[in-house]
Amino acid sequence: MDYATFLQVLDTTLRLSTPLLLACLAGLYSERAGIFDIGLEGKMLMAAMSAGAVSYLTGSVWIGLLAAIAGSLLFAVVHGLASITFRGNQLISGVALNFVASGITVLIAQSLFGQGGRTPPLDGAARFNPITLPLADQIAGVPIIGPFYSEVISGHTFLVYVGLLMVPLSWWVLYRTRFGLRLRAVGENPASVDTAGISVVRLRYTAVLITGILCGLAGAYMSTGLQAGFGKEMTAGRGYIALAALIFAKWRPWYCLWATLLFGFFQAIALRPDVIENTIGISIPVPALDALPYILTVVVLAGLVGKAIPPRAGGEPYVKER
Amino acid sequence: MTADVGGGRPAAAAPSSSPFAIELKGISKSFGPVQANKDVNIAVPKGTIHGIIGENGAGKSTLMSILYGFYKADAGEIFVNGKLTAIPDSQSAIRAGIGMVFQHFKLVQNFTVLENVVLGAEDGALLRPSLAKARKTLQDLAQEYELDVDPDALVEDLSVGHQQRVEILKALYRQAEILILDEPTGVLTPAEADHLFRILKGLRDQGKTVILITHKLREIMEATDNVSVMRRGTMVGTVKTAQTSPEELAELMVGRKVLLEVEKQPAHPGKVVLSVQDLRVMDEIGVERLKGVSFEIRAGEILGIAGVAGNGQSELLAALGGIQPATGTVMMNGAALPLSGHDANGRTRREAGIAHVPEDRQMLGLIMDFTAWENTAFGYHNEPKYQKNALLMDNDAIRSDTERKMATFDVRPPIPTLAAKNFSGGNQQKIVVAREIESDPDLLLVGQPTRGVDIGAIEFIHKQIVALRDAGKAILLVSVELDEIMSLSDRIAVMFDGRLMGFRDPETTNERELGLLMAGVSGDAA
Repeated sequence: MDYATFLQVLDTTLRLSTPLLLACLAGLYSERAGIFDIGLEGKMLMAAMSAGAVSYLTGSVWIGLLAAIAGSLLFAVVHGLASITFRGNQLISGVALNFVASGITVLIAQSLFGQGGRTPPLDGAARFNPITLPLADQIAGVPIIGPFYSEVISGHTFLVYVGLLMVPLSWWVLYRTRFGLRLRAVGENPASVDTAGISVVRLRYTAVLITGILCGLAGAYMSTGLQAGFGKEMTAGRGYIALAALIFAKWRPWYCLWATLLFGFFQAIALRPDVIENTIGISIPVPALDALPYILTVVVLAGLVGKAIPPRAGGEPYVKER
Repeated sequence: MTADVGGGRPAAAAPSSSPFAIELKGISKSFGPVQANKDVNIAVPKGTIHGIIGENGAGKSTLMSILYGFYKADAGEIFVNGKLTAIPDSQSAIRAGIGMVFQHFKLVQNFTVLENVVLGAEDGALLRPSLAKARKTLQDLAQEYELDVDPDALVEDLSVGHQQRVEILKALYRQAEILILDEPTGVLTPAEADHLFRILKGLRDQGKTVILITHKLREIMEATDNVSVMRRGTMVGTVKTAQTSPEELAELMVGRKVLLEVEKQPAHPGKVVLSVQDLRVMDEIGVERLKGVSFEIRAGEILGIAGVAGNGQSELLAALGGIQPATGTVMMNGAALPLSGHDANGRTRREAGIAHVPEDRQMLGLIMDFTAWENTAFGYHNEPKYQKNALLMDNDAIRSDTERKMATFDVRPPIPTLAAKNFSGGNQQKIVVAREIESDPDLLLVGQPTRGVDIGAIEFIHKQIVALRDAGKAILLVSVELDEIMSLSDRIAVMFDGRLMGFRDPETTNERELGLLMAGVSGDAA
């Protein structure tokens, strides 16, 4: 594999990692607060459809982005009501919302546009366009670094950079702020938070809403950044992969970045069977390559990557005890 | 009130004319049909240690939870420093200068001490300044009150005694003037408990008010200035500790005369029933929990194993009960017991004549959602008397048998069809004890027989154990309650760090000597 091809694969890796990263960080907030969220997938799907439809109707991707966040937040609120207020089973609530999203997105898209459940193709201001970072063209000629900067780092859409910035931001929020301390505490031992005079319910809702916003970004990226329009089931299990990445990352922001980059890398090379064949000399069928990220997901979830200790109060509704 | 110790604390804690730190007037609280508090009145003078004593379920914890804003009272008023104060939530209680140390600590295990102290009392949106300030304050508090804890240690690495100090530090960091401790010594060694009482007295001498909730009479006598007694949700009286006696308090608690000392005749040990040689247990992560334990128990004898929880007593019971694999030699009535593998299980133990009242009755002794009669049959469900024919069990026989056992062991209410979880702790324990003792074993293994059991039931269970001994059976008693070990045992062995530190005669030893052995000091046998 030559350097240029390698950079192409990295560039694709970054593009494909972004929805995973945003969804993974989304899950991080919720699960750190003790609310398991298997419904990342559904929220992304809802957001992707909302962004696709509203961007097309208004011609503005920014309004589409807001719609995506709103769509995702709607699902987040339902999950919050079910698992926080009504102390329901968090897994069941998440699974149910995924089913709802899978059906309702196609239903809405079909009734709005009548194109078999997809939204019309987007172009121009209705989609996120690549941003060329400062100096990208100027230093493109510098050996090694130049092409890396201009090919891999520069030239992505807005939400890719948002995703990358969310990593240090999330780390800072989690470990350097009062909110982060309380968030981590409520996922470990909500009684400690409650007896300290802080509302467990409010903290958990806040976390679930942040999850909703980030899933909104992830979904919007799918239909307005990565692709140009919403298609049926377009998230294709990315919400679950993000969940696996979250476990792989042991619920830590920087690890989330590395984990999702790894999954993104597998998705990227699956798109380039020619590169693999040239590199290892064996032709692997494309379906097998496509399956790679999912196989990795199973391996991660089977616990083969070492012991991952989830937040101790995760999945448990908080009930005051005597 | 004495000098304003901390300076610059919230207005609620400012000096005032009232001689009382806390006054509760007419507090009532119901949970469904259960009235936990009935028109409770109490006045706690400032700068004193005030004990609240009562049996399990007497309403002590409910009362204090109301004071800490965990529950809302149905009726009644709370006065803090003479001022009517509404306490709708814990935040209000903290603002009013009330701090609480719960029986089950409310700490985040994988946080540092500092983070736990700061949680909820941060000074701003950023953590660093808060942590730095807390570090300074903790140093001051540590010096002032003998409350040393490493601020950077993770809570999960601390001993229980140190975790409790973190809870006290949390309250003091929030400038609590009134400190409530709920059953604080349940998990402490005698030495740790003494240290705790020193801390509490230090706090009192600095003008703080301490409320100590306990069911242990000895602690009330040792540590408090005044004591209020609760019984079935009502306050039955408040007395000066110096002017009362344990006997009087026990009578107030239970409502009748109670024998605090177990009445028993001298033991007449017979032949050796159980002989244990070099018993070792390795836990699942490869740590040796039992490091070569040897002893014998004779017929008609109670061997008490004392020790702080977690020193291998649980493993000893589990190994003998066939629950946990072990190595070594155990002879029961002259026959070797299998210690590992397929044959080491509760059923073969029962067949060998061993009955087991496990330490954790709710985990191992009962299935909480099952009825009393079903629980009575567990382990003994294969007995011929419970079979109708080759296929079916005779449930009627089990039910009538359960009724009989419930009558003999005074289980209340005596309803076999009630689920185990609907009985009080003491009655749950009686169901387990009835099942095991009535199986007519040669050896009874009994762990923490009176944990979470009220005084009346304790007296009853103790009598049953002694009666079994007098019937010529061997009994291995494991308990973290030193009083219980001292009053029941015919011989006492102290366990520390997986070893027996030595055997003592309860007639000639004392709490101090046992306490030292429990702390691993001056053992005379490995």
